[in-house]
Amino acid sequence: MFEKEKVEEIKLERERWEKTTLPNWIRQCPECKSEFRNHSGILIKRVYTPEDIKELDYMRDLGFPSEYPFTRGLHATMYRGRLWTMRMFAGYGTAEDTNKRFKYLLSEGETGLSTAFDYPTIMGYDSDHPMARGEVGVCGVAISSLQDVEVLFNGIPLDKVTTSMTINGPAPILLSMYIAVGDKQGVPRGKLGGTTQNDNLKEFFAQKLCIFPPKPSVKLTTDVIEYCAKHLPKWNPVSISGYHIREAGATALQELAFTLYDGIAYVESTLERGLKVDDFAHRLSFFFASHNDFFEEIAKFRAARRLWARIMKERFHAKNPRSMWMRMHVQTSGCTLTAQQPLNNIVRTTIQALAAVLGGTQSLHTNSFDEALCLPTQEAVRVALRTQQIIAYESGVTNTVDPLGGSYYVEALTKEMEEKAMEYIQKIDDLGGAVAAIEKGFFQKEIADSAYRYQREVEEKKRILVGVNEFAIEEEECPIELLRIDPKVEKEQVARLQKLKRERDNRKVKEILEKLHYAAEKEENLMPTIIEAVKAYATLGEITDVLRKVYGEYKELIVI
Amino acid sequence: MQSKRKIRVLIAKPGLDSHDRGAKVVARALRDAGMEVIYTGLRQTPEQIVETALQEDVDVIGLSILSGAHRALFPRIMELLKEKGLTEVMVFAGGIIPDEDVPEMKKLGIKEIFGPGTPTEKIIEFVLQNMPKKA
Repeated sequence: MFEKEKVEEIKLERERWEKTTLPNWIRQCPECKSEFRNHSGILIKRVYTPEDIKELDYMRDLGFPSEYPFTRGLHATMYRGRLWTMRMFAGYGTAEDTNKRFKYLLSEGETGLSTAFDYPTIMGYDSDHPMARGEVGVCGVAISSLQDVEVLFNGIPLDKVTTSMTINGPAPILLSMYIAVGDKQGVPRGKLGGTTQNDNLKEFFAQKLCIFPPKPSVKLTTDVIEYCAKHLPKWNPVSISGYHIREAGATALQELAFTLYDGIAYVESTLERGLKVDDFAHRLSFFFASHNDFFEEIAKFRAARRLWARIMKERFHAKNPRSMWMRMHVQTSGCTLTAQQPLNNIVRTTIQALAAVLGGTQSLHTNSFDEALCLPTQEAVRVALRTQQIIAYESGVTNTVDPLGGSYYVEALTKEMEEKAMEYIQKIDDLGGAVAAIEKGFFQKEIADSAYRYQREVEEKKRILVGVNEFAIEEEECPIELLRIDPKVEKEQVARLQKLKRERDNRKVKEILEKLHYAAEKEENLMPTIIEAVKAYATLGEITDVLRKVYGEYKELIVI
Repeated sequence: MQSKRKIRVLIAKPGLDSHDRGAKVVARALRDAGMEVIYTGLRQTPEQIVETALQEDVDVIGLSILSGAHRALFPRIMELLKEKGLTEVMVFAGGIIPDEDVPEMKKLGIKEIFGPGTPTEKIIEFVLQNMPKKA
């Protein structure tokens, strides 16, 4: 980016500065640490100069926004044209409860829905299953059948909103239910917009809500990708997720590398179905965490975009620039929130959200300050949404595209993140790909080690957490109101489900479930049959049970 | 002569939630402190946890839960421990358990509840000080 002679001159000046000016300063005011590192372990220099980005080629490595390699952003005008989607993850209690929260969020200026399901739903159990005891509607909304999804979206026109669903193993089932509600509302399938998380690979080493073994899990993910490529042109069939990898303890660098590798695996599995890369790659979407180290996060987002573009172009020979787009949703980091002095979490969330915006995200969820204590209350959710709105409307950071582009530090860090992520990708290739790496416990061990290291650093006060290991206060009163789920939610939900099971056409349900069993054994794409099954009000648990019989259940590989 | 037996700890994840970062960090810290640690893995029913405690002859059980289902699951675990005669086993818990639930949980016989941000050293010290005396 700079002329050789200029860089040489700067180098000489730096050496002079280090010899003559710097020592006096350090003598009078020694640096706080012998070395400074970010969460990923990258050594941070005292000061960055053009020397650090002398290899950077503007057109090759940065380019213009909306053009390859997309480092500066996917859209030519970014937030000057359209703000990111403010999408708040919500769901608790019954479908009625969550329907109310959805309508509230839409009325407060939210622009997209995002559904949190309870654990039984996520694990493919109906609300009346013994494993569901005490969990119904507690961490998300309880969904057992199409009937619940009809209530969930009651009065919400599906052609006017986009909906994200955080669901993985049962993603084909929930998507089928959404399609069924759309059909009932008379919305053409081509107009249904939204996202199913449907990223089963990361379940095995990050979120760990696995139902089936790795291979059938990837098969189900691919079924949805293939079906959407053919029938739901506006749906994002998968949200390839680094968020959970990070929350499980990975560093920013591991999050970046492992997420992109999962993306590679899904591209490969879909190509094996005979689709062309440009038929589906433009609908792949990504989901990252935003943590506390501000510049590390910004560099991560920028590096992710550039690296994905290069992988799609060079590894998979995509031709359509849209296939090289990494569209991302970002969520501020839940594991950085503290139960101690919870109002401080508003500040953490603000810094994290700002990093996501400066990193060029398409969509953002901001956590509520009370989430280390309970599910967020309405007031806490409002503050979280307002945080985004203040960044969007008051801070001025939206006035220009990629404001940090060209920063010596940010560009050097972006490059280093990209290079180190490539080393990981090479390593996973050598291990035989994502499934092989899971079976060998590679990701699990990497993440467990990072999580443990982080905890040690906190305990040794190498890492300061305000209000936790420094600036703590004794005998804290819990100042905030907690949201509790009434145990009667479980009773009502179970009663509604059992009534449905009595009143539906049970012969038809049985026939369709047998048909599904057959289709699963034949390795057909299961989407059409599952849509048929949910429309006959076969339940989530019944459908999952059929698949459990055919695919078996995953036995956790325990890595401490 | 009696050789000194290592403290045996079962770290268990009842319920459906999959947040195992805390459980694993605690398991590793207790192991590094010289204890014998058995980790159940995710999604264990109360019956499975108590059965493992019995089979593994543990002195201590640490329960980790972040889903909010502790109010349904902890009473069941404590009841089963009594049924199986494991009343000597010391039980502690961690995760997201609201302060106002703590007295009720302690009444069940759970010795201590550790919230988010607890240093592992505090947990190690607690286990050492509250080790049940084996007959």
